[in-house]
Amino acid sequence: MTENATTTTSKEPIKASEFDPKFKYELIKMHGGEKLLKCYQCGTCTSDCPIARYSDDYRPRTILRMANLGLKDRVLKSNTLWLCAACYTCTDRCPQDVEVASVIRVLRNLAAENGCVPQVFKDQASCILESGYAYKIPDLRIKKRETTGLPPLPKGNPESIRKILKGVSFMKHVEGSKGETNEQQ
Amino acid sequence: MSNNNKYLIFLGCAVPYRVSSYEISARKVLAKLGVELVEMPEFNCCGLPLDPVSHEMMLILAARNLAIAEQTGLNILTLCPGCAGTLKKVNKTLKEDKVLREKINTHLKESGLEFKGTTTTKHIMQVLIEDVGIDKIKKAVVKPLTMLQVAEHVGCHLLRPKSVIGFDDPEDPQTLKTLIEATGATCLDYIDETECCGAPSVGVSDKIALQLARDKLNHVKMVDAQALITICAFCHIMFDTNELRIEKMFSETYGIPILHYPQLLGLALGLTPEELAFNELRVNTSKLLKQVNEGAK
Repeated sequence: MTENATTTTSKEPIKASEFDPKFKYELIKMHGGEKLLKCYQCGTCTSDCPIARYSDDYRPRTILRMANLGLKDRVLKSNTLWLCAACYTCTDRCPQDVEVASVIRVLRNLAAENGCVPQVFKDQASCILESGYAYKIPDLRIKKRETTGLPPLPKGNPESIRKILKGVSFMKHVEGSKGETNEQQ
Repeated sequence: MSNNNKYLIFLGCAVPYRVSSYEISARKVLAKLGVELVEMPEFNCCGLPLDPVSHEMMLILAARNLAIAEQTGLNILTLCPGCAGTLKKVNKTLKEDKVLREKINTHLKESGLEFKGTTTTKHIMQVLIEDVGIDKIKKAVVKPLTMLQVAEHVGCHLLRPKSVIGFDDPEDPQTLKTLIEATGATCLDYIDETECCGAPSVGVSDKIALQLARDKLNHVKMVDAQALITICAFCHIMFDTNELRIEKMFSETYGIPILHYPQLLGLALGLTPEELAFNELRVNTSKLLKQVNEGAK
């Protein structure tokens, strides 16, 4: 997915210089990351995670531990981070009410902020800017609606969408956004 | 806003993109039950697909939809549980967090919009169970599907996270079961019924995604269900579009038709398979429809 990407279960020895002791405080200031420090590593999230069942690498408990320890680069550069299905089972069952799925989303947002954005998200964002829809809906499908008795597909308002997204930092990753980023404000 | 018979329909993206059978059957069934739908003008993607990379962008996109809906004075009905969950979550968050609301409204203002928090969003299942009501549905059944034994797949976002959704119980969900049984069909229990379909992992790890779907299909097959009933475009794609692919990949056969709940309900309400777009389903339904016809004689 990205160059130099790792997994969170990498066997590479951890060096003391890798720890960023302030990382967790950065995370708890973000919407969704507030309760990270409450995690006591019980492992409910991992044992109930449908993805962890099938993946050798994806372990939400490990990701939260790494975040709390301050292993910023290891977490943010890992491919593993993108495996979360956002099913919210961990969030619903966490006995500490950590909102695990939201913490993982916060980490993904930070990874994206640092330039690690899987292509699929860039594609969806540019589709939304173009039409309002996250996918390019083929003309054939739009025409077919008539013959199947469906009402016409409501047209999006790209101009309005562009206006409201002005200043959103993620826009710098979106093709066709005409550089409407923070820098331009 | 307490009109329980008239909603703005928020189509989202996946339904018009790939799953018109869901839209066609849902519209027919709702019309039959007296629910009026108004097309939502100029809506955009609910925002959920971009939440992993930009929570901020998701909030703004969702809030724009809510602001548009508020102007119409109507509540929102969605077919996609992801859209419903997102719109509910953002509505709740922005109502509770004044600072965040003001920040998001600064963005919306650029296009003359404002989020006020006056609209309610419900998924079609919540509308059926809470607003139409099980009694009305049962009374409308003209062809009880007592010959059918089916399994349900509720998926994740209709009910999770619980604190945001606020109806039914994600650990032991009853809504879809109750609605299936209202058609006269039996709803079978099976292993890991509430487990994810795998769809969100498509594109990141197809292997994991298909393994999840495969295990579900095997568990559904174990109880001899004649069909699997879904209420989500993504879950439906995962099982219906991919069933043949999974069969090939793992050298197994399932032969389980995957129906949208409105298709099942539609049959019980006397609508024809053609009217309910059965022809758009990938997995063959002829055996199932034969059983429905013979059983109802």
